[in-house]
Amino acid sequence: MRFPFWRIAVFLAAMIWPLLWLYQAWEDLLGPDPGKVLVDRLGLGTLVLLLVTLSMTPMQKLTGWTGWMAVRRQLGLWCFAYVVLHLSAYTAFILGFDWSQLGVELRKRPYIIVGTLGFLCLLALAVTSNRYSQRRLGGRWKKLHRLVYVVLGLGLLHFLWIVRADMKEWAIYAVIGAVLLVLRLPPLARRIPRLVTKKASSAKKA
Amino acid sequence: MLIKVPKASDCHESDVTPESLYLSRRNVLGAAVAGLAVGALPRWVFADDAARYAEVEPGRAPAWFSEKLPSTRWGAVAVKDEAITPFKDATHYNNFYEFGTDKGDPAANAGSLKTEPWTVVVDGEVGKPGRYALEDFMKPYQLEERIYRLRCVEAWSMVIPWIGFPVSALLKEVQPTSNAKFIRFETLQDPKSMPGQRSGFALIDWPYIEGLRLDEAMNPLAILAVGMYGRELPNQNGAPLRLVVPWKYGFKSIKSIVRISLVSEQPKTTWQSIASDEYGFYANVNPTVDHPRWTQARERRLPSGLFKPNVRDTQMFNGYADEVASLYTGLDLRKNY
Repeated sequence: MRFPFWRIAVFLAAMIWPLLWLYQAWEDLLGPDPGKVLVDRLGLGTLVLLLVTLSMTPMQKLTGWTGWMAVRRQLGLWCFAYVVLHLSAYTAFILGFDWSQLGVELRKRPYIIVGTLGFLCLLALAVTSNRYSQRRLGGRWKKLHRLVYVVLGLGLLHFLWIVRADMKEWAIYAVIGAVLLVLRLPPLARRIPRLVTKKASSAKKA
Repeated sequence: MLIKVPKASDCHESDVTPESLYLSRRNVLGAAVAGLAVGALPRWVFADDAARYAEVEPGRAPAWFSEKLPSTRWGAVAVKDEAITPFKDATHYNNFYEFGTDKGDPAANAGSLKTEPWTVVVDGEVGKPGRYALEDFMKPYQLEERIYRLRCVEAWSMVIPWIGFPVSALLKEVQPTSNAKFIRFETLQDPKSMPGQRSGFALIDWPYIEGLRLDEAMNPLAILAVGMYGRELPNQNGAPLRLVVPWKYGFKSIKSIVRISLVSEQPKTTWQSIASDEYGFYANVNPTVDHPRWTQARERRLPSGLFKPNVRDTQMFNGYADEVASLYTGLDLRKNY
């Protein structure tokens, strides 16, 4: 396996946050409504990881370093792990495991419906993220995994519908997401310059 | 330091909060993890020695407040069998978008608010309009303590001991004309001290506006508050003067008021202007009418721990139906949410 230390570093960097938040909740540092704080942070964490995952391909093109691609699958799976935690925290701390209420929410609230759709897409991507599925699905695998762009759209919409009075934070994430999507348009994707050619080639020599 | 001996006729906090021991989450967890019998330390919400309430950060009270405080009628209105929210939570979990949209922003940023000197304008359909320095504005009123439930439209709630006076006393003072049908309140607009008002992405058209029907304002439960937990209002809780209407969602209880107008038309309130399908003029607490984005049937009574969630059913008119339901006879509360 290439880049073992890089992979481990990414693994630790992604894992540390939920553990830190759980510790903070334990230590009473999240205020009087820790459940809500956890749900919000895990949701935002999911979005951030999604954006980071989507930036790996452009980063590789920009820098020529293949290490970015080596952690892309891992980051995608972390994104899925965060969304699972986000949903679990929502079910436990907001709904209090009231399943009938969950049914009501799933039928009545557009932002819950959109969030659930996004989760189901991420589930499909996570389940087919292994080599076996890649071989088995062949050309269809790539098509299926373009669902990630749909997930980004659903996630941003889910977030937008929670905003109550200030769009700033949402706007920042939306702009980053839009840039990452635009970079995928074929005419643009071909033109992404390699910024650090020299460094990349010298790294290869070393 | 407040040492008040209440009159025999006064209610005492201990009468109204017999279950007021607040178990620290950490203690409960620690005990559970250690596999010990839970010997969590009870922390009585009332304290009869130094201060009335536990762990209240002392403030720097304006002179007029310190002068009035000793004659306060303590516990004039209280809630039965419900613990008072810890001071720290009531002052560090706030919606006051003038200071930012995160719950912790008001506590972090409201220090910049200058509450002295403070001017209140009374105008519109009144016999005695005027522009008052707050200490003059406050002169006619006897302070009383009102322990009220506070239900936020976001489905969390607290119990807070306010200090203030009835809006009806103010109305008596300023003498509304026969044209006055509504009362309109306005929050300070001062982008220099209020970072939220400087945000280019805010959906709110400042200043914040709220209002009540005149008969709602006359209801004895509606008060203007200047203090809480036995001290003056902390800035993040709407210092130096705010409205408290306990049977309505919290956003009706406008903070840091600079202008009070008696008007003939229903005022266009801030949240109604942003999203009239989500926030109505009345905004009465009503478990049977959902917010379009979440249910209002239940609420998280804060503090609500991770492993000890404090979720309860929301009551009609936040439990004040006996006092206020008659205001709305014949009104379709589904349409007039």
